[in-house]
Amino acid sequence: MQAPADARPDPLPEPLRRRIADGENVLAGLTVDLDAALRFATGTIVLTDSRLLALEADGSCQEWRLGAGLSLSHADHAGVGSLELHDGARRLARWRYTLGADPQALKLAAAFERQCRVLVSGPLPEDEEPEPETDFAADTDSPPSTWVLLRLGRFARPYRRELLLGFVLTLTATAAALVPPYLTIPLMDEVLIPFQNGQRIDPMYVLGLLGGLLGAALVAWGLGWWRTWLLALVSERIAADLRTASFEHLLALSLDYFGGKRTGDLMARIGSETDRISVFLSLHALDFATDVLMIGMTAAILFSINPWLALVTLLPLPFIAWMIHIVRDKLRTGFEKIDRVWSDVTSVLADTIPGIRVVKAFAQERREAERFREANRQNLAVNDRLNKTWSLFSPTVSLLTDIGLLVVWAFGIWLVSKSEITVGVLTAFIAYIGRFYTRLDSMSRIVSVTQKAAAGAKRIFDILDHVSNVPEPAEPVPIGTLQGRIEMRGIGFRYGTRTVIRGLDLDIRPGEMIGLVGHSGSGKSTLVNLICRFYDVSDGAILVDGTDLRRHRVADYRRHIGLVLQEPFLFFGTIAENIAYGRPDATRAEIVAAARAAHAHEFILRLPQGYDSLVGERGQGLSGGERQRISIARALLIDPKILILDEATSSVDTETEQEIQKALDNLVQGRTTIAIAHRLSTLRRADRLVVMDRGRVVEVGPHDELMASRGAYFRLYDAQARRVDADDDEVRSELAAAHLAGAQASHAAVHAPQATGSS
Amino acid sequence: MSAFTLERDARSRLVLTAADGTRHEGVLPVRAFPLTAADEGLSLVGTDGHELAWIEHPAALPAAQRALLDEELAQREFVPVIERIRAVSTFSTPSTWEVDTDRGPTRLVLKAEEDIRRLAGGALLVTDRDGLAFRVRDRFALDRGSRRLLERFL
Repeated sequence: MQAPADARPDPLPEPLRRRIADGENVLAGLTVDLDAALRFATGTIVLTDSRLLALEADGSCQEWRLGAGLSLSHADHAGVGSLELHDGARRLARWRYTLGADPQALKLAAAFERQCRVLVSGPLPEDEEPEPETDFAADTDSPPSTWVLLRLGRFARPYRRELLLGFVLTLTATAAALVPPYLTIPLMDEVLIPFQNGQRIDPMYVLGLLGGLLGAALVAWGLGWWRTWLLALVSERIAADLRTASFEHLLALSLDYFGGKRTGDLMARIGSETDRISVFLSLHALDFATDVLMIGMTAAILFSINPWLALVTLLPLPFIAWMIHIVRDKLRTGFEKIDRVWSDVTSVLADTIPGIRVVKAFAQERREAERFREANRQNLAVNDRLNKTWSLFSPTVSLLTDIGLLVVWAFGIWLVSKSEITVGVLTAFIAYIGRFYTRLDSMSRIVSVTQKAAAGAKRIFDILDHVSNVPEPAEPVPIGTLQGRIEMRGIGFRYGTRTVIRGLDLDIRPGEMIGLVGHSGSGKSTLVNLICRFYDVSDGAILVDGTDLRRHRVADYRRHIGLVLQEPFLFFGTIAENIAYGRPDATRAEIVAAARAAHAHEFILRLPQGYDSLVGERGQGLSGGERQRISIARALLIDPKILILDEATSSVDTETEQEIQKALDNLVQGRTTIAIAHRLSTLRRADRLVVMDRGRVVEVGPHDELMASRGAYFRLYDAQARRVDADDDEVRSELAAAHLAGAQASHAAVHAPQATGSS
Repeated sequence: MSAFTLERDARSRLVLTAADGTRHEGVLPVRAFPLTAADEGLSLVGTDGHELAWIEHPAALPAAQRALLDEELAQREFVPVIERIRAVSTFSTPSTWEVDTDRGPTRLVLKAEEDIRRLAGGALLVTDRDGLAFRVRDRFALDRGSRRLLERFL
């Protein structure tokens, strides 16, 4: 993190600069941020063309002359990297740093090795110079925005005309709703009070006033209906757009994002959060806008009638506003917490339901139920705490309202007694105020829903703001026909703090079949994921037909890759749809042909609805081997140039494996194939085997050659062969033992009657 | 196309004679796409479950062979078509439906809503508790009463 992007630390610390002689070139540098006792402290290592210099945190300097026998080894563990300098016999020095500086450290180590070779055997040919590295990864950590709801504006833009109309409608509807109280003034002052004083009522005048009341009510009703309908329509569309956009964005993210998130959580975000935002926009935001308008207009009318009374009426407003402000902070954190707890609840479901067989097999139903109950209990606890604040809030607003009303009555009566205002004006004020304060009450409710919606929006924008680790190139290179040549040039990959692959070089010819072999955790699957571009390499480059993978569009490139996984995933749908997943436009004849080649045709015909049978989550139960053959047919149908078999046969029995193997043999022909398998026997057809260990290639060659050289592959093969033999022996000896025991038993049985008979 | 001959033997089983003269008795015709393309892709499967012949377009077969196959298929395929839903016991599942089909009135037990499968063109495939499939040709063409009952399950 603190490590400068430049290769050499900048500026070079003074003590080091003094030691570097004129004409001595600094080749690489590294700022380490940990000392020998693993405390944070800054030190610097610098490599020149003849020496390695180190400045420790305490200011002491050390240096070593480069030459034969010196080696610099790099390792990392749990987020801490280390460089160790050895001569043939012992460790001369060790430096440690947090992994932010790892790329610099790797460069330093590489430069060191190169320089040592240069010093021993003269200058290297040009092409060994490291290529300038292009930084493809875009990593942005923007702080979460407080006004996150405003960002919904991006989704509202397509509907701005409807929104504007909605606003105008709101304005007119609110204005219409404010007419009736105003009409009570003449009704009181010019009809009722004169009548009490003995004057006659003019029916036409009264009819006119009542007609005005009815008309205003009807207009307010009609406009309100139109407005509510229009805005509900718009908000539902905005939410749908948001939902689609976030799902599409989610699909574009690289695999490691999914690795780090829980399914339930992501489902909750895209499903219920967008719905919450929709409700917020259609109901609450609308109500709030109406409320604000209503209050503003009411205040204006009140002031125009009588400023003093208006002032008294509006007195509680600042109090309520202040209360809202106080409660807002408490509620915001509370609702975020509720969302997180809610994700926990759904996560338990998302964990347990797919894994139900494991749960039942280990008889852990009670524990899962307990886990769910616990999540629910937390949900309750958080809600309870929040509700305590919340429940106090509304009644307090009501109390303030009532007190406000009281004040208006008192002040109004006083004004009437002073003949400052008429009774009609007072009635109008009371009528307005009724609307006014109920509005304030409902406005106070906006606080909670706004916070909920904002929390939801924030969680959705979390997804939308996440930049894919597998970015699309700015100027993609189109792919015509692919040959299938894959070259890996010094690739490295770091997963979190763990370096999974380092300095790996491998060339694969078009049409070649490569078997990847190694212990689990040796980086085989990671390598395959890199070739599929599920992740991007941290160092080096993968070239396909001579072009860097990252210069192709991801979708274009993946179209040429067929992938058969250990656990074939079938989507809900018919078998035909599943086979045609990669090429929805495939004809039925093509689908049948692919199924035939994958040895799936006959078992598909045995299903009640043939190719139209439903499979997937709720569909027809298929065995592992059958599912695998469908997934092979799926890969065959897209006719990929590069084929990846990731433990394609390891989850099925030997007999099914043979059936699948036949299907695979059809699949492999004429394609560059990379197969991972634990059972080495399944890789016999491979042209070359690549043996991996701890992220490096340790051996490459055909089976016979590797067996002859008695290296890592030989050991692996031998171990497996011996285990199979041992299994066989075990079975054999068990059988023998059983046979023996049986023989003895029958022997005893034969003797027993004699024994009883003789006694 | 006709690299084989089909006939019915005395025990009224279908017998297929392949181009090389081998006879297969008890051949079963199986539609590959019974729902989406019933008239395309017919497979003739032997008693051991292995495919003996593949007929891409049954319509192109000689009339006699086609008649044999159609006859056999009619025997094998029992998918009553629901023409009217008279009553349902409950709107929650499992629910017993009283239906009129093209094969006469019957009742079926719907285990779960998922057992109603939507097909193209408003058609439905209703699988009852025992795995028997019923068909609705076009749910929008049903009478009002049936439609209203059906609507509650979709």
